[in-house]
Amino acid sequence: MMSETTIDKKKHRLTWRLSELRLGRAAVILVPMLWLAAFFFIPFLVVFKISLAEAVIAIPPYSPLLQWDSSSAYLTFKINFGNYLYLFESRFYLDAYLSSLKIAAISTFFALLIGFPIAYLIARSGPTKRIILLALVILPFWTSFLLRVYAWMVLLRKDGLVNDVLMATGLIDQPLQILQTEFAVYLGIVYTYLPFMILPLYTSLEKMDLNLIDAAQDLGAKPYQSFFLVTLPLAKAGIIAGCLLVFIPAVGEYVIPALLGGSDTLMIGRVLWDEFFQNRDWPMASAVAVMMLIVLVGPIMYVRNSNKEVE
Amino acid sequence: MSAFPNPSAVQTKSVPTWRQQDAKPFVQIEQITKQFGQFTAVNSVSLDIYRNELFCLLGGSGSGKSTLLRMLAGFEEPTSGRILIDGVDMTGIPPWERPVNMMFQSYALFPHLSVEANVAFGLKREGIKSPEVNRRVSEILDMVQLGHLAKRKPHMLSGGQRQRVALARALVKRPKLLLLDEPLGALDKKLREETQFELMRLQDELGITFVVVTHDQEEAMTLATRIGVMNNGEIVQTAEPHEVYEYPKSRFVAEFIGNVNLFDGVVVEDERDSVSIQSPDLDALLQVDHGISCAPNQEVSVAIRPEKIYISREPVDIEVNGAMGIISDVAYMGSQSVFKVRLASGKELRITQPNVSREMGSRLTWEDNVYLSWDPDSCVVLMS
Repeated sequence: MMSETTIDKKKHRLTWRLSELRLGRAAVILVPMLWLAAFFFIPFLVVFKISLAEAVIAIPPYSPLLQWDSSSAYLTFKINFGNYLYLFESRFYLDAYLSSLKIAAISTFFALLIGFPIAYLIARSGPTKRIILLALVILPFWTSFLLRVYAWMVLLRKDGLVNDVLMATGLIDQPLQILQTEFAVYLGIVYTYLPFMILPLYTSLEKMDLNLIDAAQDLGAKPYQSFFLVTLPLAKAGIIAGCLLVFIPAVGEYVIPALLGGSDTLMIGRVLWDEFFQNRDWPMASAVAVMMLIVLVGPIMYVRNSNKEVE
Repeated sequence: MSAFPNPSAVQTKSVPTWRQQDAKPFVQIEQITKQFGQFTAVNSVSLDIYRNELFCLLGGSGSGKSTLLRMLAGFEEPTSGRILIDGVDMTGIPPWERPVNMMFQSYALFPHLSVEANVAFGLKREGIKSPEVNRRVSEILDMVQLGHLAKRKPHMLSGGQRQRVALARALVKRPKLLLLDEPLGALDKKLREETQFELMRLQDELGITFVVVTHDQEEAMTLATRIGVMNNGEIVQTAEPHEVYEYPKSRFVAEFIGNVNLFDGVVVEDERDSVSIQSPDLDALLQVDHGISCAPNQEVSVAIRPEKIYISREPVDIEVNGAMGIISDVAYMGSQSVFKVRLASGKELRITQPNVSREMGSRLTWEDNVYLSWDPDSCVVLMS
């Protein structure tokens, strides 16, 4: 019979090893956690703090939350919910949020519509062709995003290439106003974020067993039925991931509507910019930013849960 | 060879369809050729398969057997020739309109659908109403003993269970012809044997004609009513399993199915009902009890199966159909032992012997001098 002390010793060693293991895991997780804390959570808290202040003409241009009056020995703690209330009171902000969501949703839809056939083509190509096509999708990232948006401005303006070609072919006799329209904003967003749609779609389509299509057809499914009943459901994870990767940054997009859109293109990113740099109302701008984050938490949580389901 | 009775011999005492002169074939494959670019995968194959047959296409990889199966399913169009199923020309008819279903080698179960939804998939495409679909799905799932797993997703099933779902999915539409691509390939040995009998039972109960593709000769021998042996895109022999084994038509068939000892030699005496062959590998003359039509001095091969050679330490008459040698290798395999015997010419023969006795003492072993002999009717002369 084993003495109790040896058992205890063994147990002890085991628990010690387990705790060591947990410590190791914690250490590995700690690095990204610290990263997130330093570059996401703390800045967010700063923004949140500013959103509860009042705008003042000073440096920095907002009132402190805590104030120590040494003469009267009063510590004042002042929180201003006015910015948030104003967000709801004014139609302007609500319209900007809704317009952003609308533009992001429509852009995402078109990115999916255009991205799916491209991803499908890449996934069904031979190995050499596949590498070339993937490179073509990724290559534009090697040039600056801003440069590419400026290039669109050159292409779309009244004496730009697009109008020149349309005029030369005789389709139009007056140059079209393309730049500074909502269409240009959609074009810019779809163009910019298309690779984020294509890559996850490609990954999920590439994994698919092609025998499944044969099986569906063998069981009586016509090609369009096998697409909607087999290919599309199996690409679901890729579709969700791609849509969110396009939708989330598109909601907060600032550069594209500012450069390609007209003055009537209302997007929350532009509102934020204007509050910050035009009005110098930092607290209001911060409230807009915090609210935008809250609006986007919904879809982010959705993707987290649906990813779990897929696994 | 095969430990199991041939189903055709057991099930039907009457003359099977394919032996009747005027029987009407159910599947007619007429001069089918399939080329992929320069490569000819199937070369001018003609084949008749009869109703209720369990026909096996047996061949190695690249023999064209899978391409032939895919042409029956409609996934590939033949380059030339045509296929008729139940008298209907299948040329130009897409897979979704053919009265044919297939069980895929990888099973190809839809991972996003439950077992019952997988099985119901084909019925729904026919526009069958859902009470009827449900009834037929549960009926077929009970038949393959999977009723209790209907709600599971394929990834929650074992290999054997998945195989049965794939089978149920292909059978539920009651196709005229069921195609099975290596149906037992992914199963372990024990499950494979069970499933073989299960397949035979289902085929018998449902009366559906089966075409099975396999590279496993044992599987083909057990399952098939007839076997079509394929090599390089051609069918080299079509016959019942015992015939393929006992009377192979060519060296390829003899070597592909089971083990065989082959002697190359020349014909020295050609009588009407016997023929004598002299082989450089053998001192004795090979005497075969069936006549062949050949020129004198023609080069032929003689095939003898390992289990048809007698082996003993006692001297026997070895002037005709016999030899002397030394045991160079022994493999004990439980039910039988395999001996390799080296002859004076250096030729090695393979001989199997059932282990009738349990005792190891008297058994033949390494370096024993042994006498080999065989009967004239055990030999098969192969011209090609």
